[in-house]
Amino acid sequence: MLEERVKEILSAIYDPEIPALSVIDLGMITAIVPQSENAVVVHMIPTYAACPATSFIQKMIKEQLQEKLADIHCEVVVDTDIHWNTNRISELGKQRLKEAGIAPPPKVTAEVDREMLLGVPCPRCGGVNTFLQIPFGYTLCRAIHFCKDCNQAFEQFKPVAND
Amino acid sequence: MNQGTINFIFKTADDSFIFGHRNSEWTGLGPFIEEDIAFASMAQDKIGHAWVLYKMLNEHAGLEDAEKLAFYRDINDFRNAHLVELPNGEYDFSLLRHFLFDEAEFLRYDLLLNSSFAPLAHMAKKFKGELKYHTMHAESFMIQLGQGSEESNTRMQKALDAAFPYALGLFESYEGESEVIAEGVFPGEEVLKAKWLERITPIIAQANLKMPDLNVKPIFGGRQKQHTEHFAPMMHEMREVSSTDPNATW
Repeated sequence: MLEERVKEILSAIYDPEIPALSVIDLGMITAIVPQSENAVVVHMIPTYAACPATSFIQKMIKEQLQEKLADIHCEVVVDTDIHWNTNRISELGKQRLKEAGIAPPPKVTAEVDREMLLGVPCPRCGGVNTFLQIPFGYTLCRAIHFCKDCNQAFEQFKPVAND
Repeated sequence: MNQGTINFIFKTADDSFIFGHRNSEWTGLGPFIEEDIAFASMAQDKIGHAWVLYKMLNEHAGLEDAEKLAFYRDINDFRNAHLVELPNGEYDFSLLRHFLFDEAEFLRYDLLLNSSFAPLAHMAKKFKGELKYHTMHAESFMIQLGQGSEESNTRMQKALDAAFPYALGLFESYEGESEVIAEGVFPGEEVLKAKWLERITPIIAQANLKMPDLNVKPIFGGRQKQHTEHFAPMMHEMREVSSTDPNATW
């Protein structure tokens, strides 16, 4: 099935800023809509309003699909109706973040507050004797914490709500 | 879209854009590396928010595209508040300004969740989630420095007193505001100001700082397209590349 093939290809397209995660893991893909047997439209959303990689990722997806599905017409559109939030990251994605040394975001059910950023488990040693150093990091989606158990700073993919 | 709403979006976008630029000037100069990163990240968010708002003017009011509105519009058309165009000064002033501005910004988008203009209401949700980290950052450093040494407390108080009349200027009325209120696009600057005072008062107290005199004269003018002497040189610097080569791409 066309949809399955597209999904498989997308699962191997990684975010340039977090190479551990594919666009599927991140929850950036909102729909894969086959138009006919040989045409498909992929809908995607940016993570942050200011994410500089959005159009780059859009282009990358289109190129990859076009290369691997030579006889199929592929289009990639940016969805403006749906907002991304960190609950969209898949369980596999969270596991992969941890393996890459980045603490995954906790599930957000209400507005993010300071409490939610305290005692974040260290992705290296698992200790919870940690504190938030700053709510920003080397890319928009990360925060920097410090682990007092293993005495090292670590990054967290910070939780983001959207309502 | 009525003219009042266009003016509302313009001034909101201009605030974000200019403040984003000022934030970016901390890159490489922060008091420690984490603050460097924080101000650079906030700059990126702010400029992104401005971009979304300018794009809205392009898509819904038929104005030029976002890049044109930001980099090629006559500088005499900018309506940002004076607060955001002032030079960064020392870290204490930058921090206090960031606190006063972002608390208002967060509440502005909170009120916009109920805007009758659907694109604004929709976007407000996303911006709010991002701005939460800006207010969290501002509050955490303000409280720590306010409660810190005598010197840090004195400096924070001085910065607060200096920034406050400019912060009140954020709530200056603009042409067409009554229209914006009547049509339910935004409940109005006075409503926002009341919510802002309610929000910042306990945080200022927690930081062991004294609330400035509320009767101090607000510094207005920005919404009427009048600016301080710092504005033109900043715009000139910001547009150095685009004015040298209008067709530059990267």
